[in-house]
Amino acid sequence: MKEITCKLLVIGAGPGGYVCAIRAGQLGVDTVIVEMVKPGGTCLNIGCIPSKALIHAADDYAGTVAMAAGRNAMGIKAESPSIDLAKTMAWKDGITGRLTMGVANLLKKAGVKIVMGRAKFRDGKTVEVETETGQQVIRAENIVIATGSAPVELPALPFGGPKSPSGGKVISSTGALSLKEVPQRLAVVGAGYIGLELGIAFAKLGAKVTIVEALDRILPLYDTQLTQPVAKRLAALGIEVFTGTKVKGLSSNGEALLAENGDSQEKRIAADKVLVTVGRKPVTEGWGREELELELDGRYLRIDDQCRTSMRGIYAIGDVTGEPMLAHRAMAQGEMVAEIVAGNRRSWDKRAIPAVCFTDPEIVSVGLSPEEARADGREVKIGQFPFTANGRAMTLSSEDGFVRVVARADNHLVLGIQAVGAGVSELSAAFSLAVEMGARLEDIAGTIHAHPTQSEAFAEAALKGLGHALHI
Amino acid sequence: MGEKIIKLPDVGEGVAEAELVEWHVNVGDIVREDMVLAAVMTGKATVEIPSPVEGEVTFRHGEIGDVIATGTVILKIRTAGEAGEEDAEVELSPAEPAPKPEPERTSPPPVEKPKPAAEIIPPKSVAGGAVKNGNGGHGAPRAEGERPLAPPAVRLRAKEAGIDLRQVPGSGPAGRITHEDIDAFLSREGGSGIAPGLQPNKKIEEIKVVGLRRRIAEKMALSKSRIPHITYVEEVDMTALEELRGRLNGNLKPGKPKLTILPFLMRATVKAIAEQPGINAHYDDEAGVIRQFGGVHIGIAAQTAAGLMVPVVRHAEARDIFDCAREVGRLSEAAKNGTALREELSGSTITISSLGAMGGIVSTPVINHPEVAIIGVNKMAIRPHWDGTQFVPRKMMNLSSSFDHRVIDGWDAATFVQRLKALLETPALIFVEE
Repeated sequence: MKEITCKLLVIGAGPGGYVCAIRAGQLGVDTVIVEMVKPGGTCLNIGCIPSKALIHAADDYAGTVAMAAGRNAMGIKAESPSIDLAKTMAWKDGITGRLTMGVANLLKKAGVKIVMGRAKFRDGKTVEVETETGQQVIRAENIVIATGSAPVELPALPFGGPKSPSGGKVISSTGALSLKEVPQRLAVVGAGYIGLELGIAFAKLGAKVTIVEALDRILPLYDTQLTQPVAKRLAALGIEVFTGTKVKGLSSNGEALLAENGDSQEKRIAADKVLVTVGRKPVTEGWGREELELELDGRYLRIDDQCRTSMRGIYAIGDVTGEPMLAHRAMAQGEMVAEIVAGNRRSWDKRAIPAVCFTDPEIVSVGLSPEEARADGREVKIGQFPFTANGRAMTLSSEDGFVRVVARADNHLVLGIQAVGAGVSELSAAFSLAVEMGARLEDIAGTIHAHPTQSEAFAEAALKGLGHALHI
Repeated sequence: MGEKIIKLPDVGEGVAEAELVEWHVNVGDIVREDMVLAAVMTGKATVEIPSPVEGEVTFRHGEIGDVIATGTVILKIRTAGEAGEEDAEVELSPAEPAPKPEPERTSPPPVEKPKPAAEIIPPKSVAGGAVKNGNGGHGAPRAEGERPLAPPAVRLRAKEAGIDLRQVPGSGPAGRITHEDIDAFLSREGGSGIAPGLQPNKKIEEIKVVGLRRRIAEKMALSKSRIPHITYVEEVDMTALEELRGRLNGNLKPGKPKLTILPFLMRATVKAIAEQPGINAHYDDEAGVIRQFGGVHIGIAAQTAAGLMVPVVRHAEARDIFDCAREVGRLSEAAKNGTALREELSGSTITISSLGAMGGIVSTPVINHPEVAIIGVNKMAIRPHWDGTQFVPRKMMNLSSSFDHRVIDGWDAATFVQRLKALLETPALIFVEE
């Protein structure tokens, strides 16, 4: 096949890679992107988007089940609801299909050439792609590694495991998002955000969910104030959580998950499916890293503040470069690298990368938590406002949670904003903007927040930080 | 009430138009008699237009740089005198058409804009009231190592401008760096000693080509587009001439000017022209006529603050070497300080262009249209010369001369330059009447 020569080659069309390629194309950079599965990467195909679809379906179903059980405070009744998970999955696949198609179209519109296949470095300027029609060699002035991440496998619980009519017993998040029926009993290993999001969704869909976590609490990356409403909800949903418990493997008959708590007590958790969500690892193998001289930073590719690796002309973005492994971080990196390749001055100068857990209730965190701010040696002011005092939250029957603002005590500069509550993921925009713009408590308090919305809790939290909240 | 109409006067030389180079009055201004209203340029001289009356300017026509036909109404002045319109043919005193030196000639003088009725004072940003302690106020210094606080748009702008935000004091709330802070930083950058690193300068400044610059541009374009130049370069051994010059300058009689190379070259040119009168000519290509001149009027290209000027030493054939030197000195001084008369800046029949120490090795002089030859003087330097047995140091200088190839053949050009070379190398020949 004829060799392709281009100015920019992007390996991986996940959110980082495709954004990089689109922006580069817009800037007139001659760009090629290589993808081995589908445009959109983990995010669109087997991550963010399909999981949110499943969570939404689960919420609707759980709400209807509650109505049928006469537990609906608004007086809505329903009769014997049921769910056809295969149909749910088909609906979800329709969404991801539209989005991946959209990404492909955006790439084309930006003049980016898409090459489907597995890429492998031959040297620092040359990549071979195994395509359906043979080997394609691509030579590029600049190469962006955007190979992403993959679920971590536990040695004691390799993915797959004993076969059952519904496929392997031990599944990753990818497997969970393509189940054709709701497992009766689902064991979730790992109480990070992925395990909790999916565990809660399957519990709502009717599974008996048990969560096992090696550390002593759920969502260990968030403070207990934020995770407490989620823990409460898990209990309400009948999800059993074993913290401080390590999994040992499957029982010999493959029926149950074996685990051991801190007191060496063995637990048998009967399960039809075991979902392992113990984190994700960067994809640093399988694309010819051995042909290059790339320095690592722990498990990740080492990058500088312009996403440059240790090799000239090779950039890396997204999950392969480290935490937080979030699509929007990868996108921002990709956009920046496109600008740099086009000759513009850019460097990573973001103040905050928002993080959202689509648990029930949702958690948002932007910037520093109170502990992190204090650990920086700062005197801080904290304003917290509960949704129990927010009218809109009441009308949504979701009064759990709060908004919390962390600010410097001396000049009231907002350092971080967190919230937990139903639907608070949408507040992340306001939170991020406030931190990026360098808002002070007065700026937030002085901005009119529409009534009745949950966002009022944001302004009230800022007022609380200033010492004069109105509605509490 | 009367009205005085002021038309663009005939500024001499029989030209039908002149370029407006300065306005000294605006509509609404009260002018006194003899006050300068405007300046126009023609040829290479600037002529000021004085007011013939006292009154108020009610009309003004033409912008700086406009070329206006003689007789065009350029101003109307309302006078307190008798009713009725009155044409004013402005009297121009030929004694003082002195061009003013205009150091800022390359950019048009600022045209005054009407002031707004009240000046709007931009509100200063004020830190909110709630913060009493610490860095809430303006430009409070950040603690060491503290990250500068700036919204994304400001950060991007700083990045693109190559500004390190750590160097920029923030005037916003909590020390936030605003766009205005960046403006302020940029405006005093350089004075502050802060080097922001190399940065692309994307500024494009538009400079209106007016006045002398426009005259030069037009003349150069005319010459280069009409005249097929042939340029001939020859080296000249100046050692003997330099020795002679040294002696003459060493025993100067009082009142005699110091001699540069130029007067020698002028006298040599006169001599060479005597043998080749076709070099000392104007070629009127439209009329198809070559005008050979008896008098040798040598234009001396001179750099002035405003640009290139060519004052003319008239009748060099009738001047001895000291007279030539004196006249060159006087004229270049006049050209530089802007007091050269119009006739002193025109009428040359051949031109010498000398950049002295800046003369370089070779140049390609552009003929002063409608002349047919220009002699370019390059830099003199001591170079080794092979005299047949050994290398000897000689003072060597190149002459780069251009000729109008339509009327001067290469042979004639070469002959002329070789004659100049012979005269300069054996300077006694310059002074011998053959």
